[in-house]
Amino acid sequence: MRKSLPVLQGGAPGEAAAEASDLSRRDFLRTAAGAAAAAALTACDVEGMLRRHFRELSRDDVAKLLARVERDHRKRFGDKGFKVSNMAPRPGVEFAYGLDLSRCIGCRRCVYACVTENNQSRDPQIHWIRVLEMDKARGVDVMESDVYYEAEQVPRPGKFYMPVQCQQCRNPPCVKVCPVTATWKEPDGIVVVDYDWCLGCRCCMAACPYGARHFNWTTPSIAPEEVNPNIHVLGNRVRPKGVVEKCTFCIQRTRAGRYPACVEICPVGARKFGNILDAGSEIRYVMDQKRVFVFKEELNTRPHFYYFYAT
Amino acid sequence: MLTFLKGCWRLVSRGSRWYYAWLALLGLMIAVGLAGYARQSSRGLIATSMRDQVSWGFYIGNFTFLVGVAAAAVLLVVPAYVYQWKPIKEVVVLGEMLAISALVMCLLYILVDTGSPLNLWHIFPFVGSPNFPYSMLVWDAVVLNGYLLINATVVVHILYKLFHGQEYNRMVVVPLVLLSIPWAVGIHTVTAFLYNGMAARPYWNASILAPRFIASAFCSGPAILLVLFQVLRRTTRFPISDEAISKVAELMAYAMFFNLFLLGAEIFKEFYSGTEHVVFTQYLYFGLHGHRAVAPFAWIAVACSVAAFLLFVIPRSRRNPVTLNLGCGLIFAGVFIEKGMGLVIPGMTPDTLGEIYEYTPTMTEWMVAAGVFGIGFLIYTLLVKIAVPILEGRFQAGMAEPLPAAPEAGAA
Repeated sequence: MRKSLPVLQGGAPGEAAAEASDLSRRDFLRTAAGAAAAAALTACDVEGMLRRHFRELSRDDVAKLLARVERDHRKRFGDKGFKVSNMAPRPGVEFAYGLDLSRCIGCRRCVYACVTENNQSRDPQIHWIRVLEMDKARGVDVMESDVYYEAEQVPRPGKFYMPVQCQQCRNPPCVKVCPVTATWKEPDGIVVVDYDWCLGCRCCMAACPYGARHFNWTTPSIAPEEVNPNIHVLGNRVRPKGVVEKCTFCIQRTRAGRYPACVEICPVGARKFGNILDAGSEIRYVMDQKRVFVFKEELNTRPHFYYFYAT
Repeated sequence: MLTFLKGCWRLVSRGSRWYYAWLALLGLMIAVGLAGYARQSSRGLIATSMRDQVSWGFYIGNFTFLVGVAAAAVLLVVPAYVYQWKPIKEVVVLGEMLAISALVMCLLYILVDTGSPLNLWHIFPFVGSPNFPYSMLVWDAVVLNGYLLINATVVVHILYKLFHGQEYNRMVVVPLVLLSIPWAVGIHTVTAFLYNGMAARPYWNASILAPRFIASAFCSGPAILLVLFQVLRRTTRFPISDEAISKVAELMAYAMFFNLFLLGAEIFKEFYSGTEHVVFTQYLYFGLHGHRAVAPFAWIAVACSVAAFLLFVIPRSRRNPVTLNLGCGLIFAGVFIEKGMGLVIPGMTPDTLGEIYEYTPTMTEWMVAAGVFGIGFLIYTLLVKIAVPILEGRFQAGMAEPLPAAPEAGAA
């Protein structure tokens, strides 16, 4: 990661901007303590290292795993009331996401809401959402896009914005190439990673057409007061060094019936989310009433993530 | 068995001043590598220059190049059988020992590249969960280890039999050597498929990739062997004829032509059609938006490959030892760049979302790479040191200790 990206003041109403950029600055100052504690976390991970693949764990093993994850987090961050869950996919639920390109203003609030919710490393920064600034004259042309745009105010004239995160493909190349099946697609459509099982070979990062998979090049650092204690074991638990991570549609929220953090924070309502099998859901409304497209459709990844132009 | 091991120890522990100096240099390289790896282990792969945008680099580049060396070394066996040279078994053994060393380096490069090496056991069947047959890396692990096993079996069998004053068992060696020929093509093809299968990276997702891998391997591997043959001819009484060397050189000339032809075919397609996928080739040769870190090396690689081809295609310069060795050096350098960094880096620059991150290896990466090469060279040196006296009949069962070598022996 080259530099910190600012949260930009949008042309649409939004008071969260100033606060959010303040947060990201403080993040930098608090990282040293976190890094020291991180070493301890790695040392006591022997138990995790010797366990079986997540999907082969018995009920008892899972209980032990959850207890261990909670203990590790408490040890590193103090007693923050960690709740570690392994909430399973619900039958009859298949999540899908809609993103309205005509509304997005490129303010990057989603980027930082995601970082806070999902316990991403603050130094070095890991962002699961990358907002691409594109020329209106060129259309969707990633090779000419810019992710590091800085502006007094967004949207800038002549530009439009395309946030990209994990597209939760139905035909995920990352899952196909993983040599140890450390990543797989859940029945509700979410592609997850077993952080204890990942080898760190980064084949999945080479295979992903969306730059959605991110690597912990060093131990992630998060200040204790910024850790989100509401944790899913396949989602936002604090990751060890040397493994890959990615967007999980906020698995810890959405399986409990809540919206992903990026949907909630979006000041212009560009982000839609829901159960594609539920005829009354917001996402179904989008698909019925608007015309959607998927990103890089020529690669046949068949995403659960749809872009559309509502207006 | 014990006398064999004792004899081996005597062989590797004695040598000229140059031999000890060479061992000391390799020891130093290994020590530097260990220091680099210690730093990388404690800090994480952030000690390298790799980042999310360019998530593979120098290690995987060297890995790819060395798979070619391992594959090509034994491809010498083909002409050896076709042309029925006299010193056939020596060629087989020397080629296969080079393959063994190259394979060990390949596996080490994968090891140092993984972020969580303690999880490597997850790739093994039964205890782990290998994603077979979907993951190309699993296939690569299977074929590389299988190839290592084949070569090690042949080498150990031939040397052990000779040590006991017997001819090798043709029923064991011939089928294995014949199997190793398609297997050699297989390891490089599977390694090519590791890249080739990734639709997200248009630079790699071209059907020409595997043929190009094979063509370049036919150039770089024999180049190393030709130089080694000449060194061994000087330092031992090894019977390697001029004819053998010039035949290998002739075959290399064909391989070099084919390698350049395939390169040209790819360049034409990229630039003439000029789709959005041209950016990767453009980055490699000309740079993009002012980012030009790789371009000079790409041109050096092209220049080396063309110059080596000219030296090899003209019979006179192919037969002259000076220009022959110059050509070997040039093609080695050309393929090392082309099949290493020249393959990995433009595949990932720009990244899938169009970002350009310029990758250049850090000191840590150079240190670790030095260590891996040190281990590989050390293995080859020790193998040659043991194998040559056995092949020459100076070291056999029943001898109190290995006979002294020819005066200048031991410099290998």
